[in-house]
Amino acid sequence: MIPSTSSLIPQKKAKSASQTVLDKYSAKVYKKRKTHMLMVDHTAPAPQEIEANVRTIPGLLTHRGCCYAGCKGVVLGPLKDALLLVHGPIGCSFYTWGTRRHKARPRKDEKNFVPYCFSTDMQEGDIVFGGEKKLRTAIDEAMAIFKPETIFICSTCPVGLIGDDIAAIAAEAEEKYGIICTSFSCEGYKGVSQSAGHHIANNQLIKSVIGTGDSVPITKLSINILGEYNIGGDGWEIGRVLGRIGYETVCVLTGDGAVADIRNAHLAELNIVQCHRSINYIAEMMQAQYGIPWLKVNFIGVSATIKSLRDMAAYFVEKTGDDSILQRTEEVIADELVEIQEELDYYKQRLSGKTAFLYVGGSRSHHYQKIMRDFGMSAVLAGYEFAHRDDYEGREVIADIKVDADSKNIENLTLEPVEGKYHLHLSEAAVAKLKTTVDDFGYYGGMMKEMENGSVVVDDLNHFETEEFIKMLEPDVFFSGIKDKFVVQKGGVLSRQLHSYDYSGPYAGFKGAVNFGRDVSMGIYTPAWKLVVPPWKRQPFLSGTIGDA
Amino acid sequence: MLELTPRDEVCTRKALRINPAKTCQPVGALYAALGVHGCMPHSHGSQGCASFHRMFLTRHFKEPAMASTSAFTEGASVFGGGANLTQACRNLFDTYDPEVIAVHTTCLSETIGDDLNAIVSAMDIPEGKHVVYCNTPSYVGSHITGYANMLAGFVRNLSDKPLVGGADGSGDSMSMDLGGQASSADRLKSRTGKKLALFAGFINPGDMREIKRIAEEFDIDYTLLPDTSGVMDAPMTGTYQLYPAGGTPVAAIQALGSAKLGLALGETAAGPGAVALSNKCGVPEKLLPLPMGVRLTDEYLMALSEFASDDVPQCLEEERGQLVDILVDAHPYLDGKTAAIFGDPDTIYGLSSAVLEMGMLPRYVLTTSPFPAITKKLMELFEEYGVADKCLVKDSADLFELHQLVIQDPVDVLIGTSFGKLIARAENIALVRAGFPIIDRYVHSYMPLVGYRGGMRLVEMIAGALMDSLDRNCAEEDFEMVM
Repeated sequence: MIPSTSSLIPQKKAKSASQTVLDKYSAKVYKKRKTHMLMVDHTAPAPQEIEANVRTIPGLLTHRGCCYAGCKGVVLGPLKDALLLVHGPIGCSFYTWGTRRHKARPRKDEKNFVPYCFSTDMQEGDIVFGGEKKLRTAIDEAMAIFKPETIFICSTCPVGLIGDDIAAIAAEAEEKYGIICTSFSCEGYKGVSQSAGHHIANNQLIKSVIGTGDSVPITKLSINILGEYNIGGDGWEIGRVLGRIGYETVCVLTGDGAVADIRNAHLAELNIVQCHRSINYIAEMMQAQYGIPWLKVNFIGVSATIKSLRDMAAYFVEKTGDDSILQRTEEVIADELVEIQEELDYYKQRLSGKTAFLYVGGSRSHHYQKIMRDFGMSAVLAGYEFAHRDDYEGREVIADIKVDADSKNIENLTLEPVEGKYHLHLSEAAVAKLKTTVDDFGYYGGMMKEMENGSVVVDDLNHFETEEFIKMLEPDVFFSGIKDKFVVQKGGVLSRQLHSYDYSGPYAGFKGAVNFGRDVSMGIYTPAWKLVVPPWKRQPFLSGTIGDA
Repeated sequence: MLELTPRDEVCTRKALRINPAKTCQPVGALYAALGVHGCMPHSHGSQGCASFHRMFLTRHFKEPAMASTSAFTEGASVFGGGANLTQACRNLFDTYDPEVIAVHTTCLSETIGDDLNAIVSAMDIPEGKHVVYCNTPSYVGSHITGYANMLAGFVRNLSDKPLVGGADGSGDSMSMDLGGQASSADRLKSRTGKKLALFAGFINPGDMREIKRIAEEFDIDYTLLPDTSGVMDAPMTGTYQLYPAGGTPVAAIQALGSAKLGLALGETAAGPGAVALSNKCGVPEKLLPLPMGVRLTDEYLMALSEFASDDVPQCLEEERGQLVDILVDAHPYLDGKTAAIFGDPDTIYGLSSAVLEMGMLPRYVLTTSPFPAITKKLMELFEEYGVADKCLVKDSADLFELHQLVIQDPVDVLIGTSFGKLIARAENIALVRAGFPIIDRYVHSYMPLVGYRGGMRLVEMIAGALMDSLDRNCAEEDFEMVM
């Protein structure tokens, strides 16, 4: 389905906008940035291409983070029962302590390391003489104090440069203590963004955690939830709805997740993938090793949530031949809608016609367009911080993506079926049949196909471009992160953080949609916006004296 | 909260840092650079460094914290980041037109040994623009060290040595050769320049405004470096400015060399700026603690009075009297109460001095990288108040250890950064927020903790927290309407 051209986006304005921005660059920068922005045009003879996942240009004020942020911060950070030991100077560990809002609620007798921050706090001597001894001692101390069942070691920049062998130390610790101890060489300079870190985390979890457990699911409706990080409790709202329908969640990667559960991931019937960018590797690798199919879902927004639930049901109907799951799904949807409809209508009336920019990480810029549409809002510009071309254009382009030197440095695992653990979940014919009705089964179509003609797409949107595009396209809201939030608001435009939800949430599922509507509405209509210009600047001449009628 | 922390004993550790109360040098350097007008801070490392530092500063100030990055890749890490830095500076001047780019290093560029002097010297810098730099290896010291290094970097790179005879009209007759040998007092006498070079420690823009206001009450001609007021507390006008109105002008930093005195407020964070000015330009330095509470603010005023050869203005003496009046009024709720104070060295010293004046006991005073001079001064302070045997100074500890100490011997109030809220919740102890970073409250960065007015605010916050606890936790029949 190609969306119609939005009346909200002045097409000419959008086209000239990207050109105007580019024209202000020096020739060299112009050439490099030109391929990272486009105006969506579904009438174009061939699908539009955008350049992504390439090196950041120094000095342009990027908002991108690093490999470590993607590995330790994003994928591993939410795990409750793993002690995450950062090997490096203090900063990197400190910056990822309690700041990403991946909520955790330990079960009875489960250890919760999320409120803690662990580091080897490397000093100059450790850099000069090597940090291996300090790391070994730190592991011994961590074992003595906390007795964790899992230790994950994440290295930061200098560790890779001085060559500490963290893999060997992890292996020693496994042997010595009989625990899972895995190393993640996620130095910040690897790759071109957080994305490299996701991949490294995915690889290590596949190699050393997934497939090591033997706790078989109780029901036939078992799933893993991939790429859901429980920011602001999103995962709990999704889990609540899935639980009502009758699904059994084997594990979540990784929001409120536990290594103890992830070990059993290979025993589930289906992987559902929320954040494509950060976790698609595991989805693919689990399909190769264990035969588990995956389904791209989106639980942001009511319509997207309903579609995802129906897609899941369709899979299980096909798999089990029992359509009661479909019936149950529709009952739950209807019931949930009754509860929230009034509030949704209220916020829709307040938000309808508002325009927005979305500049978030790997999947949210796409996911949130759905919820915006539910509320009658429209995206005039969207971009990703660290996505690849497939996140923009769809997985069909993966084979055509040039593998550059930076990508080559990140290990790409090719895995074979694991003997005794591989199961064919659906016959080829059943897969083909399912794909005719469920377009997201084993496939992600990317963001651009669903954007309106005339909207602008920018990859790795930098500060200069942010300011320029805002001036020209005048959005009502800018959905982004903390680094650009106050830039935008100082300019008189509301900015809401879609990484952290401005400490609110959940935004996922049915109840989350209401929260989103409430928060955006509150931001647009907060009385302070009307106070920005003082009265003496609005009213240049004051005449008369006090007491005049 | 923090249920995994053992409660039976204080664990000894040699290698494992748990719940730190410090972060790395570059974030301090970045903050210092934001206090120079028209300055673009630049992080010479992988892009995650700049991203994390901007994130943290933004969360503390609720303001944009701009900075650029060399965006190291694996290739740059092998072959050196010179090309990245040169390209970054060119792009910055072309696209963002800063007056000055302030480069700091990271653990990455320090480990591979990039030579900033060589890289910057070889750059083609536009006429009238500047690139300054300093070394801030993340594996040495803390964010305070980085802040201090950036201040020294500005002075080393920008401040002009005064010419004999005073080409700038100040009539300065000092020459550099003499500067190195003469004592501070002699040098002060021999300089006829009028300006005061004030160096601010790692404090909020609200504190910087208060420090300036006090100097202005003396009619002193001063330059404050850095000055994040008007930058990290810029007003909402409906128009965003990449370089807000505030910040120390580059010209003023250049002119620091002809100042009469370099006065640092905060020995560890601001001191190295004054020392660098002394070393380069022969300006005598005077290092004072952060002016917190009565006596440390007195020291600042006395220094200003001496500098201006003038009496302390009546309005400041009045403020002092108000603060002392408040201390006397509120003492029944403060006297003998115990506090655990943690954070940056200058801040914990200032806070300790202030709470001792309140009659309180700083039971634990903790900072996470060793600054021996501060530890010694704290011990002297405790001796003076006769409480040395009741106070414990930890200069290389973390919040995990503080928590364990508090479990063994609880305190009435915690004073420090937002990260203390974990302990506050776990042990049901009030937390008074002071220092960096405070990422879970609003307005704090606008309101001073320095000067007599800052002292009043400290009493209000600490007494308020203690009295709130009393109201919440006392027996029903002991609940008081008037306190």
